Amino acid sequence: MSLIKPTRRGLLKGGAFAGAALAAPTFFTSQANAYTNAPSGGSVTLGFNVPQTGPYADEGGDELRAYELAVEHLNGGGDGGMMNTFSSNALKGNGILGNKVEYVTGDTQTKSDAARASAKSMIEKDGAVMISGGSSSGVAIAVQGLCQEAGVIFMAGLTHSNDTTGKDKKANGFRHFFNGYMSAAALAPVLEKMYGSDRRAYHLTADYTWGWTQQESIQAATEAKGWTTVNNVLTPLATTDFSSYVAPVLNSGADILVLNHYGGNMINSLTAAVQFGLRDKMVNGKQFEIVVPLYSRLMAKGAGENVKGIFGSTNWHWSLQDEGSKAFVKSFGTKYGFPPSQAAHTVYCQTLLYADACERAGTHNPCGVGEALEGFKFSGLGNGDVEYRADDHQCFKDVLVVKGKENPTSEFDVLEVVEVTPRAQVEYAPDHPMFAGGELGKCNPGA
Amino acid sequence: MLGLNKKDSKFLIIVILLTLSTPFVMQPFSEASALSQFNGGYPDLMQRVAIFGIFAIGFNILFGLTGYLSFGHAAFLGVGSYSAVWMFKLLSMNIIPGIVLAVIMSGIFALLIGYVSLRRSGIYFSILTLAFAQMSYNLAYSVLTPITNGETGLQVRPSDVRLLDGANAPDYPNLFGWTMSTSYKWEVWGHLFTFNVGFYVCAFIAICAFYLSLRIFRSPFGLMLRAVKSNQNRMSYTGLNPRPYTLAAFVISGMYAGLAGGLLASMDPLAGAERMQWTVGGEVVVMTILGGAGTLLGPVLGAGAIKYLENIFSKINENILHGWFDFLPEGMENFFVWLFARFTGDGWHLTLGLLFMMVVIFLPGGLMEGADRIRKRFGRKSDDNSPSNPAE
Repeated sequence: MSLIKPTRRGLLKGGAFAGAALAAPTFFTSQANAYTNAPSGGSVTLGFNVPQTGPYADEGGDELRAYELAVEHLNGGGDGGMMNTFSSNALKGNGILGNKVEYVTGDTQTKSDAARASAKSMIEKDGAVMISGGSSSGVAIAVQGLCQEAGVIFMAGLTHSNDTTGKDKKANGFRHFFNGYMSAAALAPVLEKMYGSDRRAYHLTADYTWGWTQQESIQAATEAKGWTTVNNVLTPLATTDFSSYVAPVLNSGADILVLNHYGGNMINSLTAAVQFGLRDKMVNGKQFEIVVPLYSRLMAKGAGENVKGIFGSTNWHWSLQDEGSKAFVKSFGTKYGFPPSQAAHTVYCQTLLYADACERAGTHNPCGVGEALEGFKFSGLGNGDVEYRADDHQCFKDVLVVKGKENPTSEFDVLEVVEVTPRAQVEYAPDHPMFAGGELGKCNPGA
Repeated sequence: MLGLNKKDSKFLIIVILLTLSTPFVMQPFSEASALSQFNGGYPDLMQRVAIFGIFAIGFNILFGLTGYLSFGHAAFLGVGSYSAVWMFKLLSMNIIPGIVLAVIMSGIFALLIGYVSLRRSGIYFSILTLAFAQMSYNLAYSVLTPITNGETGLQVRPSDVRLLDGANAPDYPNLFGWTMSTSYKWEVWGHLFTFNVGFYVCAFIAICAFYLSLRIFRSPFGLMLRAVKSNQNRMSYTGLNPRPYTLAAFVISGMYAGLAGGLLASMDPLAGAERMQWTVGGEVVVMTILGGAGTLLGPVLGAGAIKYLENIFSKINENILHGWFDFLPEGMENFFVWLFARFTGDGWHLTLGLLFMMVVIFLPGGLMEGADRIRKRFGRKSDDNSPSNPAE
């Protein structure tokens, strides 16, 4: 091979380079820190990964606003919001552990692949020490798995699937939001009281982990009250026209339609159901009713007139009158001009809870933070007394049963709270069959 | 060297050097500078560039040589990913069985789809492949959920069987104990360079893939494929049947896509149905044309350009833009922020679209033609046989 003809000069040069290359590994630091992305230089970076496009974009936008507000409050700006009502007093408004809080954002596109790529670049490029967000359980579970692997904390945002803290739970992942089982446990008694115990339900279900577990929970809880389930039809998440799914309901003999849909999906399916005149029908001698197990103000606003009188459950609502909720609504309203949604509330709480856990643990190390969060009891964040259960990293708190308001006074006043279901009624054992099959594993600090 | 003539050997060596120095090439700015926003030398992006480079190299064997435009290659990418993740779940977290099965399965799929689709050519072929890809996507998304886990995506769990792994085997994808996510960082003169095991695995495979494609381009088989592109009728009249050649090219490029899919899953053990969506199949078409269809290096450049835009431009949000323009008076600042926000963040597709239009209009041969023109401008003669010439 005549390609390389060594000359004396070339050889010397090459030797010098080779020597430098051999010496180079002494400069290498193979993650010298005790954990991934330990903050340095007086600032700490958090990663907020929310859907900015796709069926959950509205929720994602509101989450982002709440994150910005939380960061402002943590850094001592604004009026402090719920930091003033939070039962733990570890936060002083000087960032986290004295480090100024900075953040990066990303678009999950409500796709697991895109969400993981976005979270990866936050961890690898921007040095995020905590990832929060997700407005779809599929995405939340995917990103939670990634955070466990990378050794950062994942503070789940809007994810309602049983699996997030059930069979896909991870030691580095924590969820403040409630779940499908809790919705069902809170909703079933109210539905029985309103609609009777002899009902035939037809389910339309978003075809992914959240839809599956929510449908399973509602079916189990309502069947325990005497209802029968006529059919369960799975609809792809990207569906926008639900008329072909709603039409068969009319002839199925069902007198209740349960829409296990969220965000844009729910707006479209509910609108289709109302347009087909389902709510004016009498079936089996009873008025036909529609139930939307997981409700949010943004969805109710999107569906407009159609939500009146429809029952569902929610994690939090801005009309609550406790000190925490009032403080949060006030500072959010002052900054953005309208009240926050439940998605905004849960991610604001998650950011505060993370910061507080860091302060109490005295470190950003995921293992220390995890320990501080496990079994942590707190109040003053708008949900009454709450506990982060150590067994599955799920928050336990009261659940709100809500109804679409008949006479809304403003475009934000679209839901009314029918009942606050006490925590004891929605609690379950960590090894409940709907949650069994997973294990937290060991916390992973990365390095 | 390795059955290549002198010029191709030189070319291959340049490619190898470029690939190995990616951690430096993609990290040109120092960490403290304002331009560090444009650094792309972090493991995930480097891995993606290498993997989609492989995907595009394979696609180019079909499209660049035979001229058959397939919109369905995303299906093979997805099949590769699912196969690899199933191997991680059943056999071992070592990536070798996963990648091998990914290539085999995608080859089988390509044989089936290609056998049917290649009965037609031109636009009908494109539509057929698109239909097959959409079919595969829907199968993965809702029909075959027990195998694919639908929208949630297939993931590995600690409770998986993993027959070959002992008790102490790593829980994450690895190559004989070297986990893919292991990185070595080197800080020098304010720069931070990251050397990632996963990237070098991808890079090694990408170089092998490139070498194979180089050999195919230079082989009599490659000549036959070019004959299919230039005039299929004439080829038939001379007594040659083009079908076996096109089918072979289709299967080879399908296997390349499967390899890319398997590698994607190895870097990040998750397989989602959206990987099979037709937009991914369209993306590889754009990569190939942007870089220069029919050239050897073009598709890799195209893949790099698109992945870089996707990951870097989409991260520039309005906050960062405000930081850039805060020296302007407020009205001007808001205007510029508004203007640039259309092209960054969610709007990065618009930037890509503009770039693609400019390339197609002014540089029909892709980025490689641009490189060629620059080389000519600076007085270096370009050989007719240079590897960057289009295949026609």
